[in-house]
Amino acid sequence: MGKRIVVDPITRIEGHLRIEADIENGKIKDAYSSGTMVRLIEEILKGRDPRDAWAYVGRVCGVCTSTHSLTSVRTVEDALDITIPANAELVRNIMHCTLYMHDHVVHFYHLHAMDWVDVVNALKADPKKTSELAQSLSHWPKSSPGYFSDIQARIGKFVASGQLGIFSNGYWGHPAYKLPPEVNLIGLAHYLEALEWQKEIVKIHAIFGGKNPHPNYLVGGMACSIGLDDVSGINAERLAMVDRLLTEGKQFIEQVYIPDLMAIASFYKDWGAIGGGLGNYLVYGDLPTKGIRDTASFKFPSGAILGKDISKVYDVDLKKDDEVQEFIKHSWYEYSGGDDKGLHPWKGESKINYTGPKPPFEHLDVKTNIHTLKHQGGMAMPWK
Amino acid sequence: MSKHHHSQEKWFEQPTYYDEIRFKGYSRRDFMKFASMMAAFIGLETSAIGQVAKAMETKPRLPVIWLHFQECTCCSESFIRSSHPIVADILLDKISLDYSETLMAASGTQAEAALKNTLEKYKGQYILCIEGSVPVGADGVYCMIGGKTSMQILEEVSEHAAAVIAWGSCASNGCVQSAKPNPTKATPIHKLVKGKPVIKVPGCPPIGEVMAGVIVHYLTFGTIPELDRLGRPKAFYSKRVHDTCYRRPFYDAGLFVESFDDENAKKGYCLYKVGCKGPTTYNACGVMKWNEGTSYPIQSGHPCIGCSEENYWDNGRLYERASSFAGFGIESDADTLGKYALGATGVALAGHAILTNLNKRKDINTLTAEGEAGDVDVIE
Repeated sequence: MGKRIVVDPITRIEGHLRIEADIENGKIKDAYSSGTMVRLIEEILKGRDPRDAWAYVGRVCGVCTSTHSLTSVRTVEDALDITIPANAELVRNIMHCTLYMHDHVVHFYHLHAMDWVDVVNALKADPKKTSELAQSLSHWPKSSPGYFSDIQARIGKFVASGQLGIFSNGYWGHPAYKLPPEVNLIGLAHYLEALEWQKEIVKIHAIFGGKNPHPNYLVGGMACSIGLDDVSGINAERLAMVDRLLTEGKQFIEQVYIPDLMAIASFYKDWGAIGGGLGNYLVYGDLPTKGIRDTASFKFPSGAILGKDISKVYDVDLKKDDEVQEFIKHSWYEYSGGDDKGLHPWKGESKINYTGPKPPFEHLDVKTNIHTLKHQGGMAMPWK
Repeated sequence: MSKHHHSQEKWFEQPTYYDEIRFKGYSRRDFMKFASMMAAFIGLETSAIGQVAKAMETKPRLPVIWLHFQECTCCSESFIRSSHPIVADILLDKISLDYSETLMAASGTQAEAALKNTLEKYKGQYILCIEGSVPVGADGVYCMIGGKTSMQILEEVSEHAAAVIAWGSCASNGCVQSAKPNPTKATPIHKLVKGKPVIKVPGCPPIGEVMAGVIVHYLTFGTIPELDRLGRPKAFYSKRVHDTCYRRPFYDAGLFVESFDDENAKKGYCLYKVGCKGPTTYNACGVMKWNEGTSYPIQSGHPCIGCSEENYWDNGRLYERASSFAGFGIESDADTLGKYALGATGVALAGHAILTNLNKRKDINTLTAEGEAGDVDVIE
């Protein structure tokens, strides 16, 4: 028999996730994941004014903030056959692209980097070599030996203080970290820079939606009025600010994020062969240019890829009962018509039925009962 | 920080805020600017700026444990949006954020060990920040971390906290998951933690600088900021959004947006008639605004949804105007004001005269009925 390890909490994600893994001969033989927090927003939404729904579902996630709200207003507009004004479509697309930019950078640096970047090892880097390496990767101006040596000294003092804060008890020095000290130092410096950067780009959400996290949406369009010469509303000054924020955002992504991603990934190429799930991928498409119903107009097309075969992309029709279904057999839910069936989300049910162990507990009963509470992500949603 | 006296020697070996800031390349002038800003946020007299600066020059890093229960992490996200350049640095580097499921490197056993270490080493000294509500339904199984319920964790971790901060509406009042029918019995923190101060910092999320301000207040004085009767820091929650709104003159003049695509929306008139909850919402949005003062919901043309108020999900629909609110007696209601603004009709003037008398008797119900009976749309 192998050994069972539990990783709970999984950190640097939104929500609560538990992983149990069976280890045999130093390798993971099987792994089980379980979402262990639920709020049942689906049940709370019942009977509410559909114009208000975006605000409720937006609160599903404050990291990928705005996504659920955008989906909600589109859903209501689809149901009521509302066509939104062209400007509203543009504003929503700009806001969505803003999230896209923000979320990728935050995910890479603040949520993921510590799995690849050894913060303590960065103290061993030679600032001059780090500078040369950084300048060979990108034109980003903050790349002098002095800059890296300042960062290094600052972190050195931080580590020496004994209060490691968010770096406490990390896996520093573990052989699975493969970056040379210089790349670790670049990663660490950019972790801190990205922390400053991320609060800038989201100002676009504040301009169009009043705030971030959780900008405001509106069924039928957007609440912000557009008029280049208006005293109030989105005028030339506001649009110039959006332009500046997007330009600077793009600069950081092109000169920092992508070069770092490529540099770090090149040391972890073997990870590319791990995971990947079933090899089936589904994308609903986005960035409509002629309304949400004209899927051919999407800048990001929709489609499904099966068995990692990227030579063929299958069409997807979200409205067909047999194309998108939710299954709850491995969730702590029950369906009135039996738990083996799948239901199209439009016919979905959210009756919770916790059958797991009574807390506090050491392990879930994975033989018969590995389940999840998280509805949105936890319910299996196969395609066809 | 009177509780730290016994361990001051040890603490003083560690770098202070001022050391760290200078070390990072900020000047003393930058540091004083930051201290002044923080003093202003906290609502201190000018004479206290020196005290803020001094505290930050000499105090070591405060251990902070940040727990996540039923939430969406928007509070953590808002916290890292703190706009002043020093704020993000201070709160991520200068406090010692020893446990944060959003940002900490460690997971699982290592994360739990970091938590345990702080609980033991800084017993009675750490600040406990909580993001999220606690589901008390079904014996707490709707939120479990490491095989324990959020109820069990809260009990353990709050026991020796110096103070508890309830971040956001989830921890302060239950937010969306406590809206009817509250299927998981989501419960705010102050109802579960007894015998120690719970600072409520409501909002979905709270403004980043407000969060920073609350922490800086504690760092500076070693005491929690002055709270209102609902447990919110007075500095940020003593004024209604309505009272600090730049569109307020339009309200007073009876000029309203009637629908989001009308000319009045373009002119930036008051959003009260399309549902703005500013008149019943206590928050700093109109003063501090969001994302480094970029904007706030009303400025972007959307009504305030009242996200920092208790039960805001069940206090009427978002786009329906509040039928009455505290302060009606002084300011009268939208329609009556409209009529007054119209000015030319005797009806309006009479209406206003009646209104004034009624105000004296504080008979708000009669007032509202009067307003509705004589409803005239002045904008058209």
